[in-house]
Amino acid sequence: MSLIEKYGAEIESILARYPQKRSAVLPLLFIAQDEYGYLTDAAMREVADLLDMPPTDVFEVAGFYSLLYTQPVGRWVLQVCDDVPCAFCGAEDLIATLQEKLGIPVDQTTPDGMFTLQRVKCLADCDHAPVLQANLEYYHDLTTPEKVEAVLAELRQRAESGEKLSISGRYADR
Amino acid sequence: MSPLAEHIVLRDLDIENIADFDVYLQHGGYEAFRTAVTERTPADIVQMVKDSGLRGRGGAGFPTGVKWGFLPKGVYPRYLLCNCDESEPGTFNNHQIIDRNPHQLIEGIAISAYAIEANLAYIYIRGEFAAAARRLERAIAQAYARGFLGRNIFGKGYDLDIYVHRGAGAYICGEETALMESLEGKIGQPRLRPPFPAVSGLYGKPTIINNVETLTNVPMIVRHGAAWYRRFGTEKSPGTKVFSVSGHVKRPGNYEAPLGIPLRELIFSPDYCQGMRSNRNVKIIVPGGASAGWLTADDLDVTLDYEALAAKGSMLGSGGVIVLDESVSAVEVAYKMDEFFKHESCGKCTPCREGTYFLVKVLHRIMHGHGRREDIPLLHDVYNQMAGNCFCLLGESAVVPIRSALRLFPHEFEQAIAQAGNGHRKAHAVSVR
Repeated sequence: MSLIEKYGAEIESILARYPQKRSAVLPLLFIAQDEYGYLTDAAMREVADLLDMPPTDVFEVAGFYSLLYTQPVGRWVLQVCDDVPCAFCGAEDLIATLQEKLGIPVDQTTPDGMFTLQRVKCLADCDHAPVLQANLEYYHDLTTPEKVEAVLAELRQRAESGEKLSISGRYADR
Repeated sequence: MSPLAEHIVLRDLDIENIADFDVYLQHGGYEAFRTAVTERTPADIVQMVKDSGLRGRGGAGFPTGVKWGFLPKGVYPRYLLCNCDESEPGTFNNHQIIDRNPHQLIEGIAISAYAIEANLAYIYIRGEFAAAARRLERAIAQAYARGFLGRNIFGKGYDLDIYVHRGAGAYICGEETALMESLEGKIGQPRLRPPFPAVSGLYGKPTIINNVETLTNVPMIVRHGAAWYRRFGTEKSPGTKVFSVSGHVKRPGNYEAPLGIPLRELIFSPDYCQGMRSNRNVKIIVPGGASAGWLTADDLDVTLDYEALAAKGSMLGSGGVIVLDESVSAVEVAYKMDEFFKHESCGKCTPCREGTYFLVKVLHRIMHGHGRREDIPLLHDVYNQMAGNCFCLLGESAVVPIRSALRLFPHEFEQAIAQAGNGHRKAHAVSVR
């Protein structure tokens, strides 16, 4: 089923916001990567068709922005800020703990396809450093391995309970 | 300086649940917008904001009313953009405003759009603020439902639509022309100026772009008047600023204070950050986001306003105050900050794209015990070639951390290099990709 068949009303309401169609490229790519798991070549061409854009322009956009994934990612994308001040407030410990608990280095996905781990730049929540986002939802206070373990268990449970997840953060609520 | 008896922006600290639409209305919400549309002309509002002395809170500090006055007469449509691409390291006030006082931002956008005669406004919010974007959309829907947005507002024939547009991860999109490119569906690279956005901005139309905090001030200025607003702050820097304080202070967070508050008071007063964690000494203070020149413990008596910080070779910037204690190495801090700018460089111009690459590469080897004697002159050479030659302020900002570090802590670079090759390898707080 194509994006327009499945999300026709949502796509129409997005297009109605802009005087020019291609302004909708980011919101449509967010929908596409949620639907297909990441931005496959076919997904980007589909968005290009919807917006009357040359496919190369869509590829260029997808390659430019850090929240658009042109390679497969897990159901949860975990992003840890490693910037100043987080870097000096425990971010490296948090990354080390996550790598150990997940059994993967940064930029990899767990074999079960559940988690991708990434380093990212300032998440604008510095008073809660170190800061983690899971599918763009904020998690704080991850100061011990036990707390990290608890969050991972919670995320795993949410995925297994059949909750609709969005790597684009379309349902983010925290 | 005593803390504010009443806040102008962070009114959530004075009024419980002001995020709730009904609570906001009970406290006079949208009355300033009603007054503007029903009793004042757009020119009146522009004049009022000019008289208030409000200056852009996003970093540049340009007088808001003066900016609005740059629009060419009689050219329509015009657009208003709210810059919520808050990504300057150490800056985090937009969240608090959107989570806890969203309607004051929306009202500020509405009044400002009326003032500049725009019928369409976009809030460009960084993609990572996914939950905040949804909250804003819900708040905007409430304003539509009550007739504060949409067609024929207050029966006066004024129409206004506000939409939330999420970015997708790129610091450069906080640069005003890159933001417009991004909103037009392109990669976020800055445009050559002139023409300035007021003349040719979004879709080539006259466009005004203001920061979240700036716009959130507007309803209070319209409600209480320019003279009232000028009672806060200093003569040249009127009003308040939300300072986002992070790092090694006891109580990090957002603090709204009158412009001109002494830095020492913000860090050490029991009303604000309550001093340093573990009572260690202050080493580096970056007072206005990563793009601002560094200060040290010797500078604690500086006042936080546009003029005093510029005189110190720094800037008020976004008001993101990063305070680091003596446990950090200046080489590492410079490395991390320039790694940020390297990561976020859009690649359009050579001095920034290549310059940040070289700065990070040289800093990396110094940090890892492979520094060479010629590296210090090399670092000076690289940033001097960048300074003044970059297409936009991102590249210019990347010069700031390394220049600050070399000026304030030259011995740390010399020491790291002197110890290189002796099997010395310092343990780092930060790891390197």
